[in-house]
Amino acid sequence: MTTRIFVPRDAAARAVGADRVAAAILDEAKRLGLAVEMVRTGSRGLFWLEPMVEVETSGGRIAFGPMTAKDVPGLFAGAAPFSAAHPLCVGRPEDIPFLKRQTRITFARCGIVDPLSLADYRAHGGWRGLERAKSLGAAATVEEVTKSGLRGRGGAGFPTGIKWKTVADTAADRKYIVCNADEGDSGTYADRMIMEGDPFLLIEGMAIAGFAVGATKGYVYIRSEYPDAIRVMERAIVLAEAEGLLGAAAKFDIEIRVGAGAYVCGEETSLLESLEGKRGQVRAKPPLPAHKGLFGKPTVINNLISLATVPAILADGAKHYADLGMGRSRGTMPIQLAGNVKHGGLFEAAFGLSLGEIVDDIGGGTASGRPVRAVQVGGPLGAYFPRALFDTPFDYEAFTARDGLVGHGGVVVFDDSVDMARQARFALEFCAIESCGKCTPCRIGSVRGTETMDKIIAGDRPEANLALIADLCQTLKFGSLCALGGFTPYPVMSAIKHFPEDFTRPRLAAAAE
Amino acid sequence: MPKAAVWDEGEANSIVRRHDGREGSLLPILHDLQAAFGCIPPAAVRLVADALNLTRAEVHGVVSFYHDFREQPAGRHVLKLCRAEACQSMDGERLAREVLDRLGLEWGDTTPDGRLTVEATYCLGLCACAPSAMLDGEPVARLTPQSLQDIVREAGR
Repeated sequence: MTTRIFVPRDAAARAVGADRVAAAILDEAKRLGLAVEMVRTGSRGLFWLEPMVEVETSGGRIAFGPMTAKDVPGLFAGAAPFSAAHPLCVGRPEDIPFLKRQTRITFARCGIVDPLSLADYRAHGGWRGLERAKSLGAAATVEEVTKSGLRGRGGAGFPTGIKWKTVADTAADRKYIVCNADEGDSGTYADRMIMEGDPFLLIEGMAIAGFAVGATKGYVYIRSEYPDAIRVMERAIVLAEAEGLLGAAAKFDIEIRVGAGAYVCGEETSLLESLEGKRGQVRAKPPLPAHKGLFGKPTVINNLISLATVPAILADGAKHYADLGMGRSRGTMPIQLAGNVKHGGLFEAAFGLSLGEIVDDIGGGTASGRPVRAVQVGGPLGAYFPRALFDTPFDYEAFTARDGLVGHGGVVVFDDSVDMARQARFALEFCAIESCGKCTPCRIGSVRGTETMDKIIAGDRPEANLALIADLCQTLKFGSLCALGGFTPYPVMSAIKHFPEDFTRPRLAAAAE
Repeated sequence: MPKAAVWDEGEANSIVRRHDGREGSLLPILHDLQAAFGCIPPAAVRLVADALNLTRAEVHGVVSFYHDFREQPAGRHVLKLCRAEACQSMDGERLAREVLDRLGLEWGDTTPDGRLTVEATYCLGLCACAPSAMLDGEPVARLTPQSLQDIVREAGR
């Protein structure tokens, strides 16, 4: 009898040794003369358990992790190989509380299927969304997306259905679907996991978008820091073309384009410039990309997670999705726990969990075992939250009300060794490194801000310099075209507001004398 | 592995021609040229500008805008260390500083023997396994001072 063994090929699992574990499993099986079929899956997103190996048994899959190559012989040893008594056995993955508590819609297949098997994709509910869209017709498909309440998962939170309707209603000889997979926010990896673990889902989502608005060409703009995702997506497109799911017969093509290390290209208008072969400088809006986007044509530009959520919305109906969530934040969000956290991983759940539940209950506190001091939500442009604000529910409006943002769902945890003045300085420095140079406050203000933070850290007239920073942040916020300059004040001002003691430390004052 | 092949006008021309008819082909062309020659030399800027009917200034503007494009080839191996927040929270900055100090390098420098270039990167999407890095395109994570030292030593051979 052949034993099926599943080992992730996700980049994060590979980064902690999944390839070595997979090779050791095949070697050991060969040595013992056992028949093994190895499936390289995406990751389930339980990264503290990676590399997590799953073995198919009569009672479903059971998981072992975190595995090393050295642990592999033990997996096969004893009277019963792959025994639940193995010290690294974590039982059925579905029963692990971190996974059991989730509502997996977008990530329903990720970590379970062979990412490059069209048979697996179809067997696990793939293409149902596209089929239903075709049966509904284009206008009703747009309506369904609108009714689901889906909002842009890149961070801006703009209703996806309204964006689609604008493009559908704009007459043109050509229209484009652009997937923003330039996932540059620190603490986020949801796009990467989908591309590596369920690439046909994105292809289906883009095909639905193309059908709904009348576009025949799609681009996926993937950052160059994701070589694994680029490889898997390229292969998935070739496989889908071979089956006639993309190409002339399907009246929809997808092409991968690779970024070149510019964070600002995650901003939609910079991304469009970059796709056109130019410097990734932001464009002023209007015109909206929905009217004049890529090469001046009406363009749907959506975050990867927005597009990857559309198939489930179409397959199961808008109501099924809209029933989840709170307030104007409908459906689920893939929350990505990262940094100094005990249980780091992807947690897809309906909007509404409190930040405290996410960090303390689900994340289990810090990896270092020290107290949680600050949490940055929403990437490098997101605010730092202290424990006092842990009652904030995960919801677009609730975070905005507290001068923060949900962003792309990244949650980076810091313990009490963090120096918040350094974090504020980094936010300004990062803005200086990545500024496209178009807006003066961002191009020059970020550099002057970094210098001013250096003075504060050195204890040089902290009060006067903090007033300068507050003034500069005001200018950045209102004088920048895009979120890079416009949102850099969030991490800076939240650090100053919630952790003032780090900006006027006695040792710093002493150093200035 | 990055390599610095000698500039070959014929090969460069055939790379550019592969992208004929492609919309907005400048970035894909530059990526392919850099993969072939290890960098974008001045001769490439002139050649691409002619082929795409752009000015050299426009092509230079694009090359210099993006962090990935090099005007000089990198060392034989490239180690990209993540400096973004998730890795900072796991002491990544101290780890990086130790490596740079031991090698006597600053960010972006190459060792005198040309074997290793150390660059900063801002997020590799391995944030739940911080601190992380990428060696010649291969991801490595949950780095410790020891494991990073082993990687550097291996790359320096």
